[in-house]
Amino acid sequence: MNEAMDRVFKALADPSRRDLLDRLHANNGQTLGELCQGLDMTRQAVSKHLALLEEANLVVTVWRGREKLHYLNPVPINEIYERWIGKYERHRIRTLHDLKKTLEEDRDG
Amino acid sequence: MDKPKMDKPKFVYVSYISTTPEKLWNALMDAEMTKDYWARHKNVSDWQVGSEWSHQDYDTGAKDIVGEVLESDPPRRLVLTWGHGKESQQAEEPSRVTFLVEPYGKDAVRLTVTHEELEPDSGMLKGITAGWPAVLSSLKTMLETGEAMPMTKRRRWDGPPE
Repeated sequence: MNEAMDRVFKALADPSRRDLLDRLHANNGQTLGELCQGLDMTRQAVSKHLALLEEANLVVTVWRGREKLHYLNPVPINEIYERWIGKYERHRIRTLHDLKKTLEEDRDG
Repeated sequence: MDKPKMDKPKFVYVSYISTTPEKLWNALMDAEMTKDYWARHKNVSDWQVGSEWSHQDYDTGAKDIVGEVLESDPPRRLVLTWGHGKESQQAEEPSRVTFLVEPYGKDAVRLTVTHEELEPDSGMLKGITAGWPAVLSSLKTMLETGEAMPMTKRRRWDGPPE
């Protein structure tokens, strides 16, 4: 259990890997080639990052014919969330998060 | 990036659970167990291929999700259609959910849930992307500790804070 959580934190501790998760969040089920588009990284580097994300169970791969598709798996993140955010905090944190989002959108717009 | 993704599954979720395939299979089908990790909703069916299954509000009995059992290969693979109940105002084509249960090492199981053929921008899509991670981590907690997580056990998704 703790080893699994270590792998999740290690995987998340890198901006390129977080960026890859963002890309899957926006568009789930991409190939390595699709994920490499517009990135300032070699294919090998992206492939290595994806392997680490897969080890942490944050990315799941599915073969569709000859294509290997990558999917974001948020289940381990939900486990982290549940561990430290109890039912009482949930609403207050949500409210703060909404306020932050509103204020930041205001500033950007 | 912008080519159509017609035949791709929309979501794939994986959870590694310290349990046996039989216990996990039972937890997927036992109505009293499902209500603990599925926010006071129970899944009801005889789970035979061709039968109806429904996701019912435990307190009112309302069938919020209704579908058909397409495949059942205990304790390995369960395929369901997933649609709105009759009372719903929303008319979307039913989507499809596959549960795949595989032994992982000596004392764990890898559960893969694939939810596909979802309509883009649908209410169902929104609901399930918030719902599955919570349901699956609570299912894992229940099987590993004997008790589901408070948020799915005592609370409803949109219910008031306790």
